[in-house]
Amino acid sequence: MVEYLIDIGSWVLLISGSGFVLIGGIGALRLPNFYTRMHAASLTDTMGTILILTGMMLQGGLSLVSIKLFAILVFLLLTGPTATYALANAALLSGMKPDAENVKIDERNHS
Amino acid sequence: MANRRQQLQRALSLLLILIASWLLWSGLYKPILLALGAFSCLLCVYLAKRIGFFTDATGLHLIPRLPAYWCWLAIEIVKSSFEVAKIVLSPKLPISPTVIEFEALPKGPIGQAILGNAITLSPGTVTLDVYQGWMKVHCLTKAGAADLLQSDANGRTAALTEE
Repeated sequence: MVEYLIDIGSWVLLISGSGFVLIGGIGALRLPNFYTRMHAASLTDTMGTILILTGMMLQGGLSLVSIKLFAILVFLLLTGPTATYALANAALLSGMKPDAENVKIDERNHS
Repeated sequence: MANRRQQLQRALSLLLILIASWLLWSGLYKPILLALGAFSCLLCVYLAKRIGFFTDATGLHLIPRLPAYWCWLAIEIVKSSFEVAKIVLSPKLPISPTVIEFEALPKGPIGQAILGNAITLSPGTVTLDVYQGWMKVHCLTKAGAADLLQSDANGRTAALTEE
């Protein structure tokens, strides 16, 4: 019975994770320019990764496999944003202007 | 600059983490593999010392505080994921790209790196630049920018990284 429930939970996580990966792909096609498309990619990067790897951890159960999957998750979540930052920063520094409204906030006045 | 005792403490905690990850990764406990593991852990600590890893703050002292921070971050990620998914799937594509700049409350390089990564991790916001304590963040919508300022990511990361 418990195994059955864990199986269902893991399938729900895997399918919704795949859903987020798909939505990220749709977003990367639909959004208009470089900086906005990056947001869609981060949907795939974070939510998709978290859901799919958690679903796989449920399949692995309490074992070394799950610990390794968790380590993969942590490393992906640490290196993913670093790579995104490298990409965004390179674009910004080479003079690509974000097509956006610019707001400067002074935290000392703000809070 | 840290004194000798602090450096030794940092080296020992790095050694412990390396040994634990070697044991978990291999899952094999034959003498030859354990000896190889001990050798590579010591080599890594020696190389880390040579590149001056222990003279500045290493961030290893943050590890006990990370689980609470991760839980908060996970909730933020789930919330903003659904918002971005809704925007992407809606036929009108209601985006209003905004770039906000604000001063980072964490003062050290580790705190600012963690803040930048946490912002990039939550969908809908990407860190574009960290320069002299100022963060430049690109947001998919104006509401997303307001949410970021309201969620107090800045203050939480500062609390996480303070000594």
